[in-house]
Amino acid sequence: MTHEHHRHDEPDAEVVVDVDRLCVEFDGEHVLEDVDLSVRAGEFVALLGPNGSGKTTLVRTILGLQPYDHGHVRLFGAPLSRFGSWHRVALVPQRLPGASSIPVSVWETVMSGLISPKRRWRWFSRAERAAATEALHDVGLWSRRHDRLDNLSGGQQRRVLIARALASGADLLVMDEPTAGVDAEHVGRLTSLLSQLHDRGVTIIVVTHELTGITDLVTHAVVLGPDQRRSVVYDGPPPIPVDLSDHVHHHESPSGEAPNAVGLGT
Amino acid sequence: MTAILDFDFMRRALVAAALVGLIAPLIGVFLVQRRLALLGDGMGHVALTGVGLAFLLGTAPIPTAMATAVLGAFLIEFIRYRSRTAGDVALALLFYGGIAGGVLFASLAPGRASSSLNAYLFGSLSTVAQGDLLALGALCLGVVAVVAVLGRELFAVSLDPDVAAVQGIRVRLMSTLMAVLAAVVVVVGMRVVGLLLVSAIMIVPVAAAQQVTRSFRATAVLAIILGLLASLTGLVTSFYVEVPPGPTIVLVALASFAILAAIAVPVRRRRREAT
Repeated sequence: MTHEHHRHDEPDAEVVVDVDRLCVEFDGEHVLEDVDLSVRAGEFVALLGPNGSGKTTLVRTILGLQPYDHGHVRLFGAPLSRFGSWHRVALVPQRLPGASSIPVSVWETVMSGLISPKRRWRWFSRAERAAATEALHDVGLWSRRHDRLDNLSGGQQRRVLIARALASGADLLVMDEPTAGVDAEHVGRLTSLLSQLHDRGVTIIVVTHELTGITDLVTHAVVLGPDQRRSVVYDGPPPIPVDLSDHVHHHESPSGEAPNAVGLGT
Repeated sequence: MTAILDFDFMRRALVAAALVGLIAPLIGVFLVQRRLALLGDGMGHVALTGVGLAFLLGTAPIPTAMATAVLGAFLIEFIRYRSRTAGDVALALLFYGGIAGGVLFASLAPGRASSSLNAYLFGSLSTVAQGDLLALGALCLGVVAVVAVLGRELFAVSLDPDVAAVQGIRVRLMSTLMAVLAAVVVVVGMRVVGLLLVSAIMIVPVAAAQQVTRSFRATAVLAIILGLLASLTGLVTSFYVEVPPGPTIVLVALASFAILAAIAVPVRRRRREAT
């Protein structure tokens, strides 16, 4: 790992994500209203809220996947429209849809994190392949590199997707429900991996319904408000206030949708 | 075999079949991965309007079909981007329009155009002209060059468009490119395989290959080998049996799928027991 080591408790650590009075509308309806968010290097952020609270929209906006109407978004100090260091940012999804329609090996999955227009005219270098190798060792799945990704368990696939992000050299990981659909035994391995990354100084933003398994890791909790307000109702260190945690846990499926179905991709 | 090679038209047909057998699975593997297996079908229908138009206007079929299909590719990507929910219905409309337009224009055209439309629907051994080969060869070279340079980005977009976008890959550009590549394959294959069945050569060898492979690369390589084998065997068979080459090629490809699927079931079971 080449990036600098930042501690989350340093108040002067670099601001990695800076969201200022963000408004996003779908068909004239506010999905996000006046959202402020500041994430410093090395923080482990949990972005919480029930379905429809706009947490998915918020991270999609931060990642440049969702146009916004008002406000400002900065990544590593640069306005989103002029941000060019996308290799520092990685989205870690729950799964890769394309890996279930055609066989894709674990190795290919990890190498796919290195694909970029900047490498269009050359082969992957020895150093880049070494980074992918190291990332697979880090997540403990080097021996499975020739296997089909979808032959691995849910938790193992999640670790491969983290390795994919690490291989690209990203130091900001945005993870969608990292522990959803992972059995108890694998949640332990997954959280100890996240803990190691946190110790290395990687900034992690987790979008989730529940803190199960990762409670001890979170340094910064952000709760997005009830459906009516769609704004930040809590922003600070854990634990989140009891009345809000009720709100997060009990109203999670107004549409009867399974929690796992809340992908970033939809 | 020597008898076949004595005929000029068969030599040209064999070269054309080899070209489509090579590039159709190369593009098909991305389409299947992106769950757009039917896109090639649609492109074939749209290209048919181009053929009908060529009959009507008296222009050369390959460039006219090419222009129509590429236009269709842009239109399809535009519709897919614009209408998220009803996207497949909008595409269906375009496809029906394509086939209806093709038949209508051909019927309006003077002379025997309507009957020779059949050759474009199901392929023909005798329609590949000497000049066509140069055009088909150039188109194939173009497809291979584009995949050589941009294949990794196409792969990343097919894996997950959002994740690819965060990596700095231009997702819409790559999606449009994929549709244009499918359009080129359709036009290359329309002479020998025919517009109604050409997309089968994009999809069936890929479906066959993935029964026994564990990686994307291996799937692509095996699919190309199967595509080549199917199009050449099918063409030779259709010469002796005197049937249109398109259906013969597709049935050979389907047979390879059945064989590999039969092999794969016990292999997979053993692999599962081993782990």
